Parts: sequence; C-alpha cells; structure tokens
Amino acid sequence: MAITREEVLHVARLARLALPEAEAERLRGQLSAILDYVKQLDRLDTRDVVPTSHAVETGTPFRDDVVEPFGDREALLANAPDRQNDCFRVPRIIED
Amino acid sequence: MSNVPVHEWTLLEAARKVREKEISSRELTGAILARIEALDPKVHAYITVLPEAAAAQAAACDEEQAKGALRGPFHGVPIGLKDIFCTRGVRTTCGSRILRDFLPPYDACVTEKVLAAGAVVPGKHNMDEFAMGSSTETSFFGATRNPWDVSRIPGGSSGGTAAAVAAAMCFAGVGTDTGGSIRQPASLCGVVGVKPTYGRVSRYGMIAFASSLDQGGPITRTVADAAALLGVIAGYDRRDSTCVDIPVPDYLAAVERPVKGLRVGLPKEYYGGDGLSPEVRAAVEKALKALTDQGAVVVEVSLPHTEYALSTYYLIAPAEASSNLARYDGVRYGHRAEGASGLIEMMSRTRAEGFGDEVKRRIMIGTYALSAGYYDAFYGKAQKVRTLIRGDFAKAFEAADVLLTPTAPTPAFRLGEKTGDPLTMYLSDIYTIPCNLAGIPGISVPCGFSTEGLPIGAQLLSKSFREETLFTAAGAIERALPSRRVAPLEG
Amino acid sequence: MAFETVIGLEVHAQLSTRSKIFCACSTAFGASPNENTCPVCTGMPGVLPVLNRKAVECAIRTALATSCAVQPRSVFARKNYFYPDLPKAYQISQYELPIALGGHVDIEVDGGTKRIGITRIHMEEDAGKLVHEGEFAGAQASLADLNRCSVPLMEIVSEPDMRTPEEGGAYLRRLHDILVYLGVCDGNMEEGSFRCDANVSVRPVGQAAFGTKVELKNMNSYRNVEKALEHEIRRQVELIEDGGEVVQETRLWDVNAGVTVSMRRKEEAHDYRYFPDPDLLPLIVDESWVEELRATLPEMPAEKIARLGAQYGIPRYDAGILASTRALADFFEASAAIYGGNPKTTANECVHWKDAVLAGTLSPETIAHAVEDRERGTISATASKKLVELVLSTGKPFRTLRDEQGLTQVSDTSALDILVDKVLAASPKEVEGYRAGKAGLLSFFVGQVMKESRGKANPKMVQEVLKKKLVP
Repeated sequence: MAITREEVLHVARLARLALPEAEAERLRGQLSAILDYVKQLDRLDTRDVVPTSHAVETGTPFRDDVVEPFGDREALLANAPDRQNDCFRVPRIIED
Repeated sequence: MSNVPVHEWTLLEAARKVREKEISSRELTGAILARIEALDPKVHAYITVLPEAAAAQAAACDEEQAKGALRGPFHGVPIGLKDIFCTRGVRTTCGSRILRDFLPPYDACVTEKVLAAGAVVPGKHNMDEFAMGSSTETSFFGATRNPWDVSRIPGGSSGGTAAAVAAAMCFAGVGTDTGGSIRQPASLCGVVGVKPTYGRVSRYGMIAFASSLDQGGPITRTVADAAALLGVIAGYDRRDSTCVDIPVPDYLAAVERPVKGLRVGLPKEYYGGDGLSPEVRAAVEKALKALTDQGAVVVEVSLPHTEYALSTYYLIAPAEASSNLARYDGVRYGHRAEGASGLIEMMSRTRAEGFGDEVKRRIMIGTYALSAGYYDAFYGKAQKVRTLIRGDFAKAFEAADVLLTPTAPTPAFRLGEKTGDPLTMYLSDIYTIPCNLAGIPGISVPCGFSTEGLPIGAQLLSKSFREETLFTAAGAIERALPSRRVAPLEG
Repeated sequence: MAFETVIGLEVHAQLSTRSKIFCACSTAFGASPNENTCPVCTGMPGVLPVLNRKAVECAIRTALATSCAVQPRSVFARKNYFYPDLPKAYQISQYELPIALGGHVDIEVDGGTKRIGITRIHMEEDAGKLVHEGEFAGAQASLADLNRCSVPLMEIVSEPDMRTPEEGGAYLRRLHDILVYLGVCDGNMEEGSFRCDANVSVRPVGQAAFGTKVELKNMNSYRNVEKALEHEIRRQVELIEDGGEVVQETRLWDVNAGVTVSMRRKEEAHDYRYFPDPDLLPLIVDESWVEELRATLPEMPAEKIARLGAQYGIPRYDAGILASTRALADFFEASAAIYGGNPKTTANECVHWKDAVLAGTLSPETIAHAVEDRERGTISATASKKLVELVLSTGKPFRTLRDEQGLTQVSDTSALDILVDKVLAASPKEVEGYRAGKAGLLSFFVGQVMKESRGKANPKMVQEVLKKKLVP
C-alpha cells in the first residue's frame, strides 16, 4: 500500500513538520512499508467487536469545584522562548 | 562485613544499612557519584548528573537521621529517574532536543513519591527520544551502551535506567514501559524490570508517549528490590484520571511465597517463531524448570491474536503520540526555530529541528492513522483488534495464574545493527507489546546468559492488579537461578 | 421565485463554575495575563486533565431544562489542531458521544408558540486569547494569554428549525433566559460568556432539500445576530436570483459595514482527527444523579409566564417581561404576597423600577405599600413615584416617608365636601357655565380644589364629588 508523495506532504502539514524533499521521499518509503505491514489487520473480521477506547473500564473520576491557584506564574513563563507583558509571544499568523 | 562493594548492594541492603547507621547517606551517595564519574563516560546512562544537589540531599538525610527522623523506606539511598519524569527545577529532556533545556515547574507524582521515601536522586537517565525506541539509540544525547558489552545496545526506551542499575551507578531506577521499554532493557542488561498494571502508577508528570499504554515501573537488581520500589511508587493519585483507586498490597511479602500449585501458562505463539534465538529459548526453559522444580504446574495456552499485536501497537501508540506531541510547537517552552517569518513556518521548523527521525516517523504514521478517511481502517480497526487481544489474555488466565515467555527474542544486538529499518527494530518488542495492549502487568527476571556472556531475561505476565503473583514466580526463579546482577565493568 | 430560509444556531455558553473544567485554576474574569494558569491548562509536558463535577451538573441541568435525553455514557474526544491559544494543540471536547441529545425550546412568535429542536449538547474546554500587535493582517507578532484556556464550555446545537431572523433572536433570548435561570451561565454576550454562530441557507419554497449552508460568526448581540441573518439571507437570495451559487464557507459579520464577509483565509478543510481522549475515562451519569439534579431545577421561563398569567391575572406580555429575569419575577411575587389587590399595577411598578429591583436597593414591601396606598386612595400616583425615589435615596421605609412628607391625600368625602363647597361658592360664574354645558370647566374646578387642598386632595374623588354637587 503505497502512500503517495502528496499524502506525505499533506500529513506533514497537518502535523506541522517541515519536510525537505529528500526526507519526504525517504519517509514515504518507510511509511509505506509500515502501512503495508499493518494491513494484516484486515484479515480479521471485527464487525461485531467493540473498540477498546479506554484502557480502564470504570467511569471518569471527578474533581470538586474548588479553586487551587498554582501560584507561580513566573515558573510557567520561564521556559517561554519569547515573552512580553506576561504573555507568550509568537510570530504573526500569515494568511496564505 | 561482606566484601561486596558499596555500590553493588541491593536497594534493600543499602536502605537497611543507612537505617542501621552502618553507612551514612553522604558516603553511600558519594560512592554512587564516584561510580558515575568513573563509568558513565563509557556507558552514557545519564543525561543529567546532579552531584551538588545529590550531595546536598544526602547531607540533609544524614542530619535528619541524626535527629531521629527518617523520611521513608529508602532514606538516603540514591535512586535514579528516567528523564521522562518531571523534576521541578531540574532539566527534563525526554531524550529530545525539543526539550533540551526544559525546566519543569512541578514534580511528577513518581518523583514526589521517590523523594518522599527519602531517596536521593543522583541524576536523570538517558532514554530513546520520547520513549520511542528499543535500543536507546534515538536519544538526542547519544546512545547508551550495554554495561555487559559496550559495543551493544542496552535495550530501550529505558536503556539508560537499565544500564545505570546494571552498572551499579544507582541502587535502583524508575523507567517507563509502553511496549516493553522497561522489560526489554532489563532483560538485555541482566536486571529486573516491572511494568505494573495500567492505572497502578500515576502518570501525572510522566511525559506522555501513548497515554493508554504508558506505565512507570521499577528497574532493580533483585526481585525484592522491585517489589519494594513498586510498593512506593504505586497508588492512587487524583491528578491522573486513569489511575485506579485500589489499595497497594505488600508486594515484598509476595516474593518469598511458594509457587507450589502455581499454574504457569506457556503461550504457544511466543515459542514458535524463527526470530526467537535458541539460546534465549534454552534460558527461558531453565526458568520454567526452576518453577516446576518448586511445584508449579505447566499448562499450554494460546493467545491466538499474538501475530497482530505489533500492527495494533504500531497504529495505536503513534496515533496517541501524534496528539500528545503536538503541544511541542515552540510557543510556550522548549526549542523554537529562529528566523521564521510566520507562525506556521515557526511551528513546522521547530518540530522538524526539535524531533529526531523515529519520532517524526511515528508522528506521521499516527497522524495518518487518525486522518479523515483513514480512521476506521487504521486507528479504529486497531482499537478493535486490541479488544480481541485483551480477550485472549482473559481466556488464558482462566487456565493459568501466570504466563511465562521470553522477554526479548535475542540478547543485546550491536549498536547500529537495526537502525537501518524501522520494522526490524519494532520486532524486538514482539513479546512485550501484547501486555501493554491488554493493560496487564509484566516482569522480566534474569534467567541466564548467552555464550557471549550477554544477559537473557524471562518474562512473566499476570492478570490485572496481580503483581504479587509476578513477584512470587519471579522470586522463585531468582532463588533457583542466582546470577550476577552487576556488569563486570570497571572505569 | 419565493425562498424559504433555514437557520440553525450553535451557542457556546461559558459555565458558571469557580474552577476550570480540567484543572483547579480560577475562571474569574479580568485577571492579569496568564495569572489564572497552571501546568495543566498551559499544556506542559506530562500533565493530565481531571473533570470538574460542577461543570457536568450544569450540563445535565441544562439538558433537563431543554427536555434533552441525558446520555448515561458520553466520551471526551480530542479535537486536534495547531494554534497559539490552544496549549495542548488539541481541544478536549465531545464528538460522537455527547452528554445530551434530542431536546427542544419553545419560543413565542407571531402570537403563537413554535418548537425549536435541539440536536445535541456537549461539553468542552475553551481556548485562550490571542492579542495581535497592530492590525490583524499586518501584525508582526501575537501575544497569547491563556487565562481562558480550559474554562468550561457547553455547546448547544439547534436543529435547523428556524425560518426567520426573528425566530433566531427569539430562540437565543429564550435559551439565554433558561441558562441564566438555571444559574449555569451568566449569559453575557458582549463579554463572550454566551456566544452564537449561525448556519443559514435558503431554498425555493416547496423544495425538500436544504440549500448550501453558510456559517456566520462574530455576532456579539441579539440585534447583531438578527441583522447578520437578515443581511446574509438577502445576499444568498440575490446571488441565486442573479444566477450564482452559494458557496459553503464561513463568513464574519462586520458590524460597522453591516455586511457578512468571507473568511478568505485558506480554510484547509480542518481535519481534526477526533479520537476518544485516553487521559479521561467515559463520563458515566446514572439515573439517580439525574433525578437528584432534576429536583433542583427552578421553574423555567415558559412555565413561569403561564403561571404568572393564570395566578395573578396579568397579561402575557407583562408576565413575559417579569419572567425575563428570574429575580424580577421573584420580586414581583414577593410583593404581591404582601399586597395582592392589584397585581397588574404591582407588575407595572416592578417593571418601572426594574433596575433598582435587580440592584437590590428596593424591597418587595416598598412596592407593596406603594400599590396598596394608591389602591386605597391614600396617595396619588405622582406622590407614589416621588416616595419610591425618596426610599431609594434615603433608605427610609415607604410609609414613614409618606407621613413625614405629608403626602397622604385627602380621600375622606366629608373633608372633600367642605373643600368643594368652598371652591364652588367662590366661582359662581364657572358653576353657571358648567351647568350650561361647558363640561371642560370640570378640570378648572378640580384644579381649584387641588390648589385649595395644597395638592392633597385625591383628584379622582374630587371629580366625583364635584360632579355630584354640580348637578343642578
């Protein structure tokens, strides 16, 4: 099952991964091989099987609606590559 | 007074000797730090070593002990952490360039528990980048070497932890396991590794790879050590919605229990393939004999969907990973590409620069498997097959209390041997992956050496939340097949 | 060709919980940038979500109040996309299995009632805010404030049952009132705690298939929703009549220009790659919890309007105004309980003094006394208004002020007799004129009596006494 170059580029864009041409081609080959391998799952009839969407079978636990401030904004901003006025600064969004 | 060097003590021995004031934490920690300094240039098990902080922690432990206060069962004992557990104020990289300078503003639950037990953290262990790998060769910080043969890999992704423990560069460590990443390196490094039941150990602060599969667990030199360490890190944490509120039993007490009457299942699908090295098979058979000699009974069981486990895993894990790793976008922390003229370019180049090849490969597969038009065929399908695999184990555990299998198909391979083809590398995990898909616990315990002197491990699997059974069976194997647990590596 | 409009509305309501939906940060508005954040809502490595029970209760109560079926099992899903105001690069939402399905809201249009269906209600987390340096298109950089990240949202999707912008407005207002009644949302459209997007299409009358629908965004008031819909409908009809085709797209309402504008941004068909969030388990809601919450539901607007009309005999329109704010309706009933002799007047008074009522500076007793005194003729309407204003400014009780100010009017007939006799005696010419047929002179006499009594006479009664005495 070959994945096409267009599909590779499309997926890369969805995943925000810049891909130079050579790398895209190499990935295309590797991904095709992997996808070929996993196709074996088609051999199984799973029409009546319920997917395992959660690894634990109970219901999700709850929190009470109580405020517990983290209290250290500086620590949260400290790793920011670019910050201004206590905000995270990012390059402009270009509409193309 | 034994002739065993300080650094070779077991975790429990070290803890007892500190408690009984036979040695101070300062001395103990100093011995470990010296060992790291001497050996780690060769082994490269650590990404970050913390000599000053560890010495300070040790000093504090000694002072408290002088006043009669012991923090916990591992007071003053150096225990390392895979660099996937957030440690407040101490860089946590996950083996990746994208987090190379990341300083977490908080501690993982596992970190908190290890510290609360009184342990000293000597450093953060090397690992495959974002836990994706079976050899610790994908780490941005360079590969870790197997202490038994430094031309070989230690396994992965917790290769740094397993190597550190096997080289006596800490008394124990905590790793993580998503498809075998604790058990396989433990096996290849001749030490004990446990993947607990999914939901047994809190994932809060444990950097996520595949959320429905990841679990943190102990890597130690003895089964008893692993039981004790699991007892400390296991337990309910309200910050992790998938962490189960079930009491933590006394795992240590299980280690000495007899295995008479224990039903040991041998899943036939695990013993058939030509990928399984004859030496590994022979060693695992010795482990089986150790059990039956002590009264266990053998049953043959079948896990019919075993051959589909790898495919299932390599769709589910990358899919979850592709979503978990999307937050590394250069906005709030971590690496950011320079000179981008716009936002999309910044994010795309940040991630291209920050992630290694294996991570990118898995993000691509995962994104594809979830994408419009492909979800049902790939991710959706894999989730269904996962149900079938879980069903296999449920049925097998009607006939058996514990399953015995090889941990890895071969002993440690050489660096670079399998990096050329991703699928070849993925096959290292065929015996360990199914257990993660089912959520059940597993342990790898040393059971022999290859003719080249490379460690071989046997894997035991049990029902969910029955880790005690694993410790009982592994303890029995260990008593019958004592083996050297510290690699003969000198600085 | 005659066209029919089809409108569906999607409302995002911020829930009135103290803490966020998946972490314990405060949801309080107006904090300084990134003050109400923590590792969880800023998407740091290794963090995990834990669900706020109160948010779930808000959603369940909303579902009950709109007759939706609360689902015993619903699932949180990740909606994956990259944006600087979305720290995890996915929004935790609900996709295939939302918490509630299949309800309705009844609205009043053209003197009748129409039922608008609700397709589904689901829960999700809000994103942060991006502030662009300079004008949006020419901004060099943007600043992300993540305070709003993970504030709980409820998305309510209507069936495409509305046929006019007025119905859209009525639906929004009714839904708003329900949410405010329940206390689950403060309903502030301008501040963004109650947001609305619309889906609108047109089709020739009689055609069964829907036309191509356009999504409208950026409407921040009821009026703007209606105007945007009006404009968009016109645009689509004109487009089709000119031989064109409606393009499926998202358009923004430009309030200044009064037009909808296409989001010309390359809408790379967003592939959100939804999948169940593995960090959360299924949301299980059992019958007993639902019933427990059902018991806490207040009387809803529709029921209240009907009951106020029936119980107090007030017109539907008045009941509607009172019921538009629960506190106002409660005030009315409290006042009517103290004095219920003329509920319509009480209602009018409550509406007139609405701001003070809602500010809490007026008591039901004050209005009750005002209405009672007027009914009994103890004071005039003018005096009543003056006295309430004095209550507001001085805080003194109504009747205390009434007596202090000497505003009790004279309604006692014997006293009035004397006044009237005096005035009539002093104006014989006018008396003759009146008796000769100049009925307009009656107001002259009333004026004179009022003057004589220094404004204290009850004018209505004065009139009656005069009329009696003026009969030849």
